[in-house]
Amino acid sequence: MRFVDEYRDAEKARALAAKIAALCEPGRHYKFMEVCGGHTHTIYKHGLEDYLPESISLVHGPGCPVCVLPMGRVDDAIALAEQPDVIMTSFGDMMRVPGGRGSFFDSSAAGTDIRMVYSPLDALKVARQNPDKHVIFMAIGMETTTPSTAMTVLRAAAEGIENFSIFCNHVMIVPAIKAILDSPDLRLDGFIGPGHVSTIIGCRPYEYIPAEYGKPIVTAGFEPLDILQSVYMLLQQLAEGRCEVENQYSRVVPWDGNTVALRAVAEVMELRPYFEWRGLGFISHSALQVREKYAAFDAERRFTLPGVRVADPKACQCGEVLKGVLKPWECKVFGTACTPEMPIGTCMVSSEGACAAYYNFGRFSRQRIQEVSIESSRA
Amino acid sequence: MTHQDTSQQQVNWAQAAVAGHASAKHDEDAGFPTHQPGTEHGGREQLVLERIERARRARPRVREKLITLAHGAGGKATQSLIEAIFLDAFRNPLLAPLEDAATLTAGDSRLAFTTDSYVVSPLFFPGGNIGDLAVNGTVNDLAVSGACPAHLSAGFILEEGFPVEDLRRIVESMAAAAAAAGVSIVTGDTKVVQRGKADGCYINTAGVGLIPGGLTLGVSTARPGDVVIVSGPVGDHGITVMLERGELDLDAELVSDTAPVHELVRGLLDAVGPDVRAMRDATRGGVATILNEVATAAGVAVVVDEDSVPVRPEVRGACEILGIDPLYVACEGRIVAIVDPGAADAAVAALQGHPLGASATAVGRIVEDPPGLVMLKTGFGGTRIIDLLVGDPLPRIC
Repeated sequence: MRFVDEYRDAEKARALAAKIAALCEPGRHYKFMEVCGGHTHTIYKHGLEDYLPESISLVHGPGCPVCVLPMGRVDDAIALAEQPDVIMTSFGDMMRVPGGRGSFFDSSAAGTDIRMVYSPLDALKVARQNPDKHVIFMAIGMETTTPSTAMTVLRAAAEGIENFSIFCNHVMIVPAIKAILDSPDLRLDGFIGPGHVSTIIGCRPYEYIPAEYGKPIVTAGFEPLDILQSVYMLLQQLAEGRCEVENQYSRVVPWDGNTVALRAVAEVMELRPYFEWRGLGFISHSALQVREKYAAFDAERRFTLPGVRVADPKACQCGEVLKGVLKPWECKVFGTACTPEMPIGTCMVSSEGACAAYYNFGRFSRQRIQEVSIESSRA
Repeated sequence: MTHQDTSQQQVNWAQAAVAGHASAKHDEDAGFPTHQPGTEHGGREQLVLERIERARRARPRVREKLITLAHGAGGKATQSLIEAIFLDAFRNPLLAPLEDAATLTAGDSRLAFTTDSYVVSPLFFPGGNIGDLAVNGTVNDLAVSGACPAHLSAGFILEEGFPVEDLRRIVESMAAAAAAAGVSIVTGDTKVVQRGKADGCYINTAGVGLIPGGLTLGVSTARPGDVVIVSGPVGDHGITVMLERGELDLDAELVSDTAPVHELVRGLLDAVGPDVRAMRDATRGGVATILNEVATAAGVAVVVDEDSVPVRPEVRGACEILGIDPLYVACEGRIVAIVDPGAADAAVAALQGHPLGASATAVGRIVEDPPGLVMLKTGFGGTRIIDLLVGDPLPRIC
């Protein structure tokens, strides 16, 4: 398949893996964080770690929007869905995220009207089709999905649609990366930078990472060769003593981002003073809310929310996993009390969550997997 | 910035889940070393994996208070529901193997007996409709059990206001499908419910068929060395139905693969009968779910080669866009067969001799270790696990 297969070519991967191995300083251990959940998913889905030497470990970052949503916000969303004559609309991966009182799936089973949509414009369509109901879109995501929410609000305003609002939970990745860099328990050698987020914000917002923290970052695409190449580019920077922002995903990411999208976001939304990230706590200026001008489309203003902060379950170590301090399997409840079918933590829910990716795809050590591979070709 | 907050609410269900788990835990866990953050793969990882295996072997429980869509998706939730609620209540030796059809004995004859309900939405889709799906699905469950499908029942649940013309079309397709499969529909039932209490038309079919002497099939008989064969491109039906709903604004020249596989199966059994360990039709949950059943039932591992699995470019494209794996997408006219390695080539040739099996191919092998797991050698050259599906990427496809 065009635009897919060329980025999954096993022969090219082997060549790149050899170059990566050659660049590794003997005796040195490298730790790179892939910020995006999409990267985590690719790494496990394609078995990419099989190509990396043992001296390189990939640490999974906080870039999974579903994973960082705090439980209290899920409860608020369910409270909205429980209002009379409300239809809640949501992306599919939000459906199983547990709040203090269960998930959207549970709420839907109990009688609320929660529908899966593939785009916020579909939610607007639901609003047009149901003029006697109020339709709320559960807006989640990082900079990647924020513009489409903003455009939908602008379209609703232009069309004068009155029975539509958004429950805005959009967050921004840059403050989260900063929080991780400021966290004392983690030592990283560099970042595999967000790909699709960067299509919107460009590469400039990352310049503080090499400048102030002395860490290289390479913006990366989501195919396995993209990620391998980014690892290679990071190693090259380290080997040559460089430390800068580089763009591996130049086929999609313009250095200055997408100004049209950014303008739409700025028109509709503004910074929140602070917002809670699951596991990471409150991070200042890390999320967006609807501007006063568009208050009519803001579910938080139209309805009263419980707004109760719900503590993460004591046993859950999603915070440490999201910060890259723990590997998923090092969490106390991984795979026992917390499984994809009965998740306690959000990292086990989304297909982009590190724990779910590890549980569904990884789970066995590279060595074990290789043994099986050899055994099966002999059989 | 950290923020002090006093109004924290505790999460009762999560505490209950952890506690519930702790009480079911085995003593060996006492020896589990405390973890050291950030340390690499090694012995402790193995312990975690063993811990997971123990957790999975524990008796399945349905912890939810209400049925959710996940319980019907064919994945882990469905499995828990079947084992913890249905099997627990109905337990008997004929049900226990949980095969596609039960094997009954009547005098000297052995009969296969099966049932299936159909709730597909939309009712009409390229390549078929709920009617031929309902006949083919049951015919196929009988066929892969090694039986010659003979008689079917048909039960209809109709919604008030459903167009008679649509019902006529559905029933005509059923008659045609039954004729094509050489079965007769010999008994039936009709119920009508109030508008809004059903979605147009639901159908249940049950079927019986005669199993020829000497044939014993079962996923638990798979053994290391055996070859896994699929009879054609996977995922056509699921993706066709998904696209037909029109929610995705995607178009493709794709039709459902709904078809009766009894002749295909007969050809395979005539060629290499004694060397066939098991067959399944890859419906809800797709090929991945079947291979997991094999791995669990036989206590073996299955290794699949991603590049060998036939997938139409349209299906692959749609799956890429939707972020799903074609291995989990339903087929309605494909079988998965586990055969002795010595007979693999002959089995593939036999399947290819039938139009429905033209692109039949070997896709993997059974190996000894690690038991209960299905693994994929990815096209990219890596390796990963293919687990049972959680959740429901494609609801109501059959």
